Formats: sequence, C-alpha cells, structure tokens
Amino acid sequence: MPHLVLDSLSADYGRDPVLSDVGLSVERGEIVSIIGPSGSGKSTLLRVLVGLLRPRAGTVAVAGTPVDYGSDAALRKVRERFAIVFQQYNLFQNMTALRNVTVAPTVVKGRPAGEVEAEARALLAKVGLSHRVEAYPDELSGGQQQRVAIARALALKPDILLLDEVTSALDPELVSEVLDTIRLLAADGMTMLIVSHEMAFVREISSKVVFMADGRVVETGPPAQIFDAPQTERCADFVRRILRH
Amino acid sequence: MAALLDELPRFFSYYNVIFLAQAFAYTAGLSLVGCGLGFVAGFGLAVLRQERVMRFAPVRILALLYVELFRRIPFLVLLMVVFFGFQLAGADVPMFVVAATTVALSAAAFSAENVRAGLEAVHRNQWDAAETLNMGGLRALRLVVLPQAWRIIIPPSMTYAVGLVKATSIASQIGVAELTFAAKILNQKGFSPALCFGTILVLYFVLCWSLNRFAAHLEVRLAPSRSR
Amino acid sequence: MGYTLQYGQVTPYLGYLAGGAWLALQIAAVAFLIGWAIGLVCASVLHYGPRPARWLVRAYVTFFLNTPLLVQIFFIYFALPDYGILIGSVEAVILGMSLNAGAYMAEIQRAGFASIRRAEIEAAETLGFSRLQQIRYVILPHIAKVLYPPLSNQYIILTMTTSVAAIFGVEELTGRAYNINAQTFRSLEIFSIAAVYYVVLTVIASAVLYAIGRFLFRIKGKVF
Repeated sequence: MPHLVLDSLSADYGRDPVLSDVGLSVERGEIVSIIGPSGSGKSTLLRVLVGLLRPRAGTVAVAGTPVDYGSDAALRKVRERFAIVFQQYNLFQNMTALRNVTVAPTVVKGRPAGEVEAEARALLAKVGLSHRVEAYPDELSGGQQQRVAIARALALKPDILLLDEVTSALDPELVSEVLDTIRLLAADGMTMLIVSHEMAFVREISSKVVFMADGRVVETGPPAQIFDAPQTERCADFVRRILRH
Repeated sequence: MAALLDELPRFFSYYNVIFLAQAFAYTAGLSLVGCGLGFVAGFGLAVLRQERVMRFAPVRILALLYVELFRRIPFLVLLMVVFFGFQLAGADVPMFVVAATTVALSAAAFSAENVRAGLEAVHRNQWDAAETLNMGGLRALRLVVLPQAWRIIIPPSMTYAVGLVKATSIASQIGVAELTFAAKILNQKGFSPALCFGTILVLYFVLCWSLNRFAAHLEVRLAPSRSR
Repeated sequence: MGYTLQYGQVTPYLGYLAGGAWLALQIAAVAFLIGWAIGLVCASVLHYGPRPARWLVRAYVTFFLNTPLLVQIFFIYFALPDYGILIGSVEAVILGMSLNAGAYMAEIQRAGFASIRRAEIEAAETLGFSRLQQIRYVILPHIAKVLYPPLSNQYIILTMTTSVAAIFGVEELTGRAYNINAQTFRSLEIFSIAAVYYVVLTVIASAVLYAIGRFLFRIKGKVF
C-alpha cells in the first residue's frame, strides 16, 4: 500500500482555483519530484499538504488513514506527519541555528531540553554545521541557512519531508551543498516530496516525477519517461525548453 | 521687554517655582500613566487584529472599529465624553483619573496602529514557519514575531507619546493641575501672559525635545541588525 | 445612576452642529494652505538655503514640533496684545494652527525633496529633456506622488485639531457642542454626537482624498 495517497485534491485562493483534481501516490521511502512551469501549483500543493492552505475537495491519506484538515487540532496532527522546508528558508531570525532546531521539540512537544539539544547538535552535524550552531541566520550563507532549515524540519521526526524549491533562492555555488544534504537523507530512506527546478538532480534522485501545469497533474512517470519519452505534448514541450540550456 | 525683566524675580519666586515644578511633574505623570495604560491596551488590540492569533472574525472587526473610531475623535471632545461619562455614571473620581483615561483611550488607538505596523513588518514567512512547526498563534507571536517586531514598534510609539504629552495641555480644560492650567492660574494672579505661557512653552519643550531625542537615539540603536 | 440617555432632546440641534462642522473644515483648509506655504518655504530653505537661514528654520520647526498647539495659541492670543498686536480669536487659532502645521509640513516636504532620485534626473538629461521639462515631467510628478499621502493625513489631523478653537469661543463643531450643552445640559449626548460628527467628517475626508490620490497619482495606499 502506498505511504501517501492524494486523490482528486483541489484548492483555491479566494476565487482562483490553484489546484484541480490532483492525484498522486508515494511509497514509503520513495522520493517523488514535482516539476512544471511557475504558477503550475507545485508549491501550493506542498502548502496544502502541510495545512497552510486548506483543500476545498479531495482526500489525502497517510499509511491508509485519511488526513483531516478540518480543525486546528487536526492540523496539529497533520504537521506531526509532514515537515516542510521553504524556498526562503524561513529561519527564525531572532534565534541561533541551534535554537531554531530545538524550539519546536521543546516548546511545542514539551520534550526535555537536554535530550532535544543533543539530537539537534547531531542533526546539525549531519548537515555539516556542527561548527556554526551558535550562529544567527544572518551570519550564515544561504546554503548554510537552508541546511539549518532542513535540520529544523527533521527535528520533529516527520514521516514525510516536503522540500519546496529549496535551492531556488541560493547562489549557484551553494546549490550543491544543499543537494548533498538531500542525498544523505535519501540514503537514510526518508520519504520525500520535492518541488525543484534542478532537473539533473531530479532525474538522479527521484523514483517518480510528476509534471504539473495549470494546477493539474499532466503526466506522471519514472524520470526516464518524463525526460526522454514524455507521453503528453505539454510535458514534452516543457522538458524540451528546460533541457535546451 | 523691560517690564518683563522687572517682573522676572517676582515671577520666579520660591512659591511659583515649586508650583511650576509640581505642574511639570503632573504633566509628566499624566502622560506616563495615560500612555502606559494606552500602550498596553493598544498592544492587546493590535494582537486581536492578527488573523493568525484571533481566528474569530467579529473580535478582529471590533478591534479594528475601536482603532478607527478613537483615532478620529479630537482629544478635547474625547475628554468631554469621558468627563461627562464618569459624572453621569455617578462615579466620583478624581480629575486625574478622567484625564488619564482620556489619554489612555486615545493612546490605545494610535498605539494599536504602531504595533500592528511593527507586527506586519515581520515577514509573513516567519508566521508560516512557526505554524508548520505547530507553534500556534500566541506562541509564534511571543517566541518568533515579537522579538523581531519590538525594535520596529518602540521608536514610533515614543514619537507618538510626545504627541500625547502635548495633548495633555488640553486637560487643563477640566482643571487638572498640569502645566497649562498652572500657567492660566499664574496669569490670573496678574503675571503677564508672555511670562506665564512663555515659561511653560520652554518647560514643554524641554520634556518633548528630550523624549524626541531619546526616540531618535533608540531608532538608531534598535535598527535591526539581525534581519534580512 | 438613574440617568438615561435622551438623544431626542438634542436632535433639533443636528443641523446647527453640521454648520459647525462646515466651519471646522474651512478653518482646517485655511490653516492647511497657510501651513503648506510656510512648510514649502521652510523645506526649500532647509534643502537649498544658506547656513544661517537653515539654522533659523530648524529652530522654528524644532520649537513648534515640541510644544503644544494650545499653549502656542494661548501665547498668541493673550501675550501678543501686550505688545500692541491685537488679534481676534479665530485669527489667533488659525495663526497658531498654521504655524504648527507649517512646522510639520516643512519636515514632510523636506523629506519629499530628499527623495528625488539623482538617477532619474540623469536619465531625463540623457534623453535630452530641458531643465523645465525635467521639472515638469520628472521632478514634479515624483514629488506630488511622494507628498500627497502625508499631506492628506495632515489635512485630516488639522480637521480634528480645529476643536481647540472652541476653547477660544469659536463656534465651530466643538464650540457649538459647548453651546448646546449650556442650553440643554444633555452633556454626554451632545459630546458623543460631536465625536460621531468628527468620525464621519474625517472618514469622508479620507475617502475623498483617497479617491483623488488614486485618480491623479495612482496612489493605492490608505489615507489616514
């Protein structure tokens, strides 16, 4: 049974529909990437999954159990399953790297500070930042901030990690350090849903690629299909334009 | 001019200096109490207007309504409403309470605007991140947003407080013993108006100018160093 | 207790009160125009004037920004006659308000001048605009757009400020409220109605100024 199943999911911002009838399934430990032109609803889909935007119709199920986006209490449960890393990192500017990672486990989950801090230090070491734990976000490079953000998301021990264009805001020379971190998580068997414009990386790391346009899933398939033999005209067109440079 | 100089020693008699000092203290105290209470209330109003904190829309609308109403009522008219409101409610309160209540009601509306501007200057993505970490509105406010917003809130609030110090002169209308009232009393005792009102203009200037300098100093000191 | 609000007794005076509101708007308009002119001259001096003139203007602005309007008017109304300058109550109020508003508008307009971007003028120069054309097509539109919102706010603040005229016996909105109060003793009713008048007055002024700003300068920001 797939770990995460989306079925005819729809959402809108006010009157504008931004997601229509999205269906998708992800196995445990699988890495699925979502590609598509800007404004196609990729990031919105991740915002819906993590409960920042409530779906209008459709269902989401994790491990066979439907996810309830109805109440605030239900949303809190949703966020114990999903963690998200944002394009702009969104680190808390008033906290050190370490505090960014420990704040939710201690304050929200009420876990003992000592235990959480040891875990946080281990996580920061894992993303290669054991020497920068006391630094504030504005003292870190974009790539370092993004790695702290990944550590912060992992500290809540999510089932599924959502990565929303995590390298798009970075200077080119900083992209690879973040991608390396994601590879590390892949090796650990983390289930991930990735929105990315790094096509070579998507091709290398994903077992499945979803092409979206205008809020709909246009084509789904293994990377080889999407990039080398797309079945739909729109996907072929998009891939041709992306791969030209 | 010569007449004024002749009058000076008599005007700055021991009794008058004490009288003016007390009035100065009264003005400062009235401003401090009124602005302090008003800031706390305004802070609450601004928080209640945040959709991330207050999910119940009617409360947000009430807070907005308060702000939009009270910042559009002139201080003198508000003073009269409060004065007669207390009187007709049968509450026999000291005039200081009437004046301080007026300052506080007015300060609440304007502080709420300052606080709201400060909270909204903190990027939306900070709220988003806090929400996905399950923090909840009030906790996100306390742990994440306020620590970043207060440096933006304080300087304009101080500047506005100076405006209220000046507005307290209108409280002389209900006879509280603040600076302007003191000047009127001295004027009625026969001292020349230039001396009476000139002296308190200087005293107001000293108070307001120092506060403004302090606000400007704070603005530089608090300029966010740790923000994008 | 035992006091019940009776708005019925004051309803005959609503029109009389509206007349006061009209006078308030007029006083505000006159004070605004004079203050704007003072502010414009002061801002020009602060920006382009020689050092001693700048120093004088700075002293004027600093003094008026840090002292209460009411006391300034008291000084004008009660102290100036001792020096042979006789002045009526409305005139004293308008003079005080204008001088006070002038100080604020000097600050506002100075900031507006400072915001003119060198790069835009250079661009206009390279496109062959004459000095006059630069002013007409680049500098004035920019200044108008920057200054419109704070100056509009200033007008609304002045409208509320006119209420201090009542203290000097001027029969504008608040002054007329005092008059009605003396006749009916329905104090809370009459002053709460006056408060509502000010709210309505400034809301209408905000809306009109917003519409004008939007139409003339495509400014979307809120006015007061």
